[in-house]
Amino acid sequence: MADAGATLDLADRTREADDPHSLVVRFPADKPLRLDAGVDFAPLQIAYQTYGALNADRSNAILVCHALTGDQHVVNDHPVTGKAGWWEIMVGPGRPIDTERYFVICPNVVGGCMGSSGPASTNPATGMPWGLDFPVITVRDMVRAQAMLLDHLDIETLFAVAGGSMGGMQALQWAASYPERVFASLPIAAATRHSAQNIAFHEVGRQAVMADPDWRGGRYFAEGTNPRRGLAVARMGAHITYLSDAALHRKFGRRFQDRANPTFSFDADFQVESYLRHQGITFVERFDANSYLYLTRAMDYFDLAGDYDGVAANAFRGTPTRFCVISFTSDWLFPTAESRAIVHALNASGARVSFAEITTDKGHDAFLLDEPEFLAIVRGFLDGAAKSRGLPAR
Amino acid sequence: MLSRLKYDLTMAGAARGQGGSRIDLLVVADMVQPGARVLDVGCGDGELLRLLETRGVDGRGIELSREGVNECVAKGLAVVQGDADTDLEAYPDDGFDFVILSQTLQATRQPRVVLEHMLRIGRYGIVSFPNFGHWRIRLQLFFGGHMPHTDNLPYAWWETPNIHFCSIKDFRELCRAVGAKMEQAVALNAWGGRIRLKMPWWFWNLFGEQAVFLLSRQG
Repeated sequence: MADAGATLDLADRTREADDPHSLVVRFPADKPLRLDAGVDFAPLQIAYQTYGALNADRSNAILVCHALTGDQHVVNDHPVTGKAGWWEIMVGPGRPIDTERYFVICPNVVGGCMGSSGPASTNPATGMPWGLDFPVITVRDMVRAQAMLLDHLDIETLFAVAGGSMGGMQALQWAASYPERVFASLPIAAATRHSAQNIAFHEVGRQAVMADPDWRGGRYFAEGTNPRRGLAVARMGAHITYLSDAALHRKFGRRFQDRANPTFSFDADFQVESYLRHQGITFVERFDANSYLYLTRAMDYFDLAGDYDGVAANAFRGTPTRFCVISFTSDWLFPTAESRAIVHALNASGARVSFAEITTDKGHDAFLLDEPEFLAIVRGFLDGAAKSRGLPAR
Repeated sequence: MLSRLKYDLTMAGAARGQGGSRIDLLVVADMVQPGARVLDVGCGDGELLRLLETRGVDGRGIELSREGVNECVAKGLAVVQGDADTDLEAYPDDGFDFVILSQTLQATRQPRVVLEHMLRIGRYGIVSFPNFGHWRIRLQLFFGGHMPHTDNLPYAWWETPNIHFCSIKDFRELCRAVGAKMEQAVALNAWGGRIRLKMPWWFWNLFGEQAVFLLSRQG
């Protein structure tokens, strides 16, 4: 792609970071976000989407937390790619998270690039994107910012908070940080801490971004470049971890891409190569490279036990929140053992917890896909919780 | 019913009382105080938990089979996928008022360890199991020369999940060994009738098809 085109893209992307196609709340400078890094960040902007209607006693709100590369566009077409929302299988009228029954809120996380304050947002002091001057954030910071959003919306308690992967970390952190504000929590394909292997994968992705000469020490906005290749490679590597050996074999096997024989070159001979390249290319159109660094870092730092004297159960001592923990058999990024560790911590703290493992070959990404048993369990859990909460039956 | 058959046939032919509930489950449920916190270890498809819920009990479950767990969670029950032999360790002392092993103990690898955990986690324990001292089982072994089959124990020896059978007499000895106090005992005949209390233990051991014990820690 020509440089001129790339520059135009960049302008588009900073526009989405500053003036997103979303609802937006801008907190004044005297309402900073207190970060774990010891910084009071201001002015804070949060972009969010809502679906459904808040009931009269404001008790039917469900916070949906998105994953690393997700955003607030849960069930509407994406403003940049035009693609369908990322959780339409789960959220919507008549879906398990039924928008005719619940008021669904999904904010873009702090550090993201779709309208909440992040490295792609404009630093008011310089008029340029923050880049690496943006403070390093944590999952707890994301949750703290979401709590500010709920205060702004005048919602005291959430009926539920739900999310997969990094969204699941937020669902756990919500219950740990604000137990009285969360009636039910659904951490899906998540963990109490990011494993060494996962930190290792993230580091490879970050190094790919930073090794791209167009990254320019994170100042690519100012210098009119975009580390597309680095970010695409990071995405390709990460995408493998979201699938499974069995799923890759089922989808692609060793089949060739539009050819009968190997070309004896480094073209994308195999379908799986072509698929990954496509994943990389489409990703960089909608995502900011620095944002990728910050959000992977936030996941790396996630360690509930570490925050509570080395005992994850202490994060949930006496919690009134009920939990539904779900894992997938072929997920090797957040394997069932991690969910079992969540369950053990919750059991040790006396929490009311349900835990199910779904049989599937679709890997970590299964939480985004049509897995009927998974959907039935979320629906059943929420129905039971709604009954206990006194929400009217549908 | 069919979905239950997928994972465990034990007690599939159990006698049912009024309201359609299994009589052995009703006996267990009657031992639980209303409003108590209960852990049902090996809760199957959640039939007992549902019964307890109607009595205002705060029930949780552990179930080994994935089908059972998923069915329970989809019904809104607080059930986790887990193994009685390995996962009870994670539960804190005195975490529950009652811990129930309903038709579970004979399917564990280490019944004694499981029983000890039960008494540690709960103030009370309730154990129900098929009595292998029952006359029909003795007859099958004695005259048939084969491992017993009944409506409630339909498996062949090589496929049964029930790997540690015991008689009422055996169970009482285990209770003594782990320091469990027998608070209450009920034996049911094949039709779900209770064997009268004043009958001696040898009579229970011979005519009780199912046994239900309420236990507490000694001292």
